[in-house]
Amino acid sequence: MTIITPSTIDNEAQQREKLLQPDLISGSEILLRSLLLEGVECVFGYPGGAVLYIYDAMHDNPEFKHVLTRHEQGAIHAADGYARSTGKVGVCIATSGPGATNLVTGIATAYMDSSPVVVITGNVPTHQMGTDAFQEADITGITMPITKHNYLVSDVADLARIIHEAFYIANTGRKGPVLIDIPKDVSAALTYFSWPDEVAISGYGASVQVDEAQADVLIDALATSKRPVIIAGAGVVHADAADEMIAFAQAIGAPVTTTLLGLGGFPGDHPLWLGMPGMHGTYAANTAIQHADLVIAIGARFDDRVTMRSDGFAPNARIAHVDVDPAEIGKILTTDYPVVGDVGAFLRYALARVISRNASSEAPGGPSSNATRHTTAWIEEIAAMKRDYPLSYKDSEEVLKPQWVIQMISDSTHGDAIITTDVGQHQMWVAQYYNFRRPKSLITSGGLGTMGFGFPASIGAQIGNPNALVISINGDGGMQMCSQELAICAVNKIPVKIVVINNQVLGMVRQWQELVYEGRYSSIDLSGSPDFVKLADAYGVKGLRATTKAEAIAAWQEALVTDGPVLIDFQVPKNECVFPMVPPGKTIGDMILSPDQA
Amino acid sequence: MERTLTALVNDRPGVLARVAGLFSRRGYNIASITVGAAEEPGFSRMTIVSAGDDVVASQMVAQLLKLVDVIEVRDISKEKVVRRELALVKVKTTPTTRLEITHILDPFRVSIVDVGHYSITVEVTGDTEKIDALIALLHPYGVVQIARTGVTALVRSGAALDGQNHLSDEKNA
Repeated sequence: MTIITPSTIDNEAQQREKLLQPDLISGSEILLRSLLLEGVECVFGYPGGAVLYIYDAMHDNPEFKHVLTRHEQGAIHAADGYARSTGKVGVCIATSGPGATNLVTGIATAYMDSSPVVVITGNVPTHQMGTDAFQEADITGITMPITKHNYLVSDVADLARIIHEAFYIANTGRKGPVLIDIPKDVSAALTYFSWPDEVAISGYGASVQVDEAQADVLIDALATSKRPVIIAGAGVVHADAADEMIAFAQAIGAPVTTTLLGLGGFPGDHPLWLGMPGMHGTYAANTAIQHADLVIAIGARFDDRVTMRSDGFAPNARIAHVDVDPAEIGKILTTDYPVVGDVGAFLRYALARVISRNASSEAPGGPSSNATRHTTAWIEEIAAMKRDYPLSYKDSEEVLKPQWVIQMISDSTHGDAIITTDVGQHQMWVAQYYNFRRPKSLITSGGLGTMGFGFPASIGAQIGNPNALVISINGDGGMQMCSQELAICAVNKIPVKIVVINNQVLGMVRQWQELVYEGRYSSIDLSGSPDFVKLADAYGVKGLRATTKAEAIAAWQEALVTDGPVLIDFQVPKNECVFPMVPPGKTIGDMILSPDQA
Repeated sequence: MERTLTALVNDRPGVLARVAGLFSRRGYNIASITVGAAEEPGFSRMTIVSAGDDVVASQMVAQLLKLVDVIEVRDISKEKVVRRELALVKVKTTPTTRLEITHILDPFRVSIVDVGHYSITVEVTGDTEKIDALIALLHPYGVVQIARTGVTALVRSGAALDGQNHLSDEKNA
């Protein structure tokens, strides 16, 4: 397989020295040099009039790697998938006007899930701005509410500093997308290159120390809690704190539920793991929250799909909330124990305190405040819930059940793959039936719920992780929203395994219409969709189809041993629903566990 | 309750749009907003009058602080502050009412900044209540136009912020 990697550099320091030379160069060359100095391996983009100087500069810089997508939306989702799977900043480039506006969905997707992406857009020349010039759009105005910050570069002398700041802002504190809009005359203008040594942004301080006084109050509360539950969110993954999370949960004897974006932040095969909470959460996770006396949210934001009816959420619990973003605390729920700070730093601090307290309480004659001993009965209660109410579906030997397909994929990888999903039923089945064991192994659009995200994101994830098995799991609806990127899989031999869970309908909408709108099905029929095997073939990608378990196993094995991209069309029934389900307006205690109860 | 926030922000294009956009998309009302140069070049001070309980007010502060161009924010609703607003009020006059109106104006310590045949324009400075009171008194004579600046405010001397160099404070992001 050919994966784009940074060109071999004999002497990295020498190369860096070369890049830092104060040469008289254009804004476009400054952009490329600055991206290389930031360690960017690859950018995703699509050229156009306002970025012609930038693409011209690429012509003379073969060490600068660019993947030409087939739509700007593909570029931003790929950059996002790269960022989420590597923890490094993903970068994409688009031209002015429609190029820039085609990025908007992807920028909002990255913003909602705190993904570090730097977006470069061209714009019309400065003297034409505000005149409704050809392909002019006020992209900084448009993206103000969906970026962590954005810049309109008016002077080429500011460009290197702005790029350096943008990377810093994107990947520190609560991460997020930063857009840099570069008018065409700025990308053409010449100046002497000067790379800033450090970042000094008045008004931005990202190193959020843990407030130890706040943390101490929470740690004291742990000692008296008999029924604690940890809700681990994306913050654990972003902070690279999965190991600390395990140690902390074990030390305090608390079960852990992981939100959709927190999946993989705590291993799915750990005895303390409860599964996902919320609308399609497990019985054990939702019931544990409703019975808890202390809910500790760590890097999670009490999204409405987690809390459902928030006034009936965790009715018996005090709420602790640890988050790097002070604005998240108290936004949804009244918080008894707020802790502002980096999740990893909090966990390390708290772990040290809990370990020393446990040690002193275990000393002969010491107070019996050992946290794990406190919670033994609770852990047993939860183990019984997990045993008595596991996830379940009615399997079949006649038709292929989507849940079975996900389980088959999960069993084949042992959690050792990067999974991207699109949005809808298949996404929930992946969250339920794929056993995630390590952080950054699930890439999914949680906050914005963007259909069309999963497949291009998998391309970015594969480029960022050339040796990993990357599997893109999609529905037949979302697959058609960015299927044009099959071209870049074929051209660049990007060996993503593309799964289509094909039920011929918009499944999640159908499910709601069945369960909430009394079976009045409206605009969910996807008949007329292309034959996905032929579609793959048209792009030069191998396509396989499965309609039975035997075919599914054979096709999946063939896909795994195929050296290159493969699309597998798994044909599943239309009428399967995702359970458990908490109906809208209900609390997470009011789950429909199976179709018989619906 | 009514909330007054004071914010120190970068003096850059688009900062007012960022702040106003944040208030609008989070559903916070803006009763008034004033912006002007702060004590150091490159920075502006904004005074925002809004409404909300303590939870909403702390969210306003926290959300504003997330904007990179916002250096410092403070909810000064419950503090001792100097609050001022300026209004220009154009009121109809006739030869018979002119003297009567100037008598009404006397205790308000206003300036008459423009005089015409059929109207005069009055400049009044003070807190919102004073300006509301004056306008109410002038209404029977026929108020032609009003232009108000909105409230601007500073914490009174002796309170916590006094004498502190605001720009040296690192904010949390």
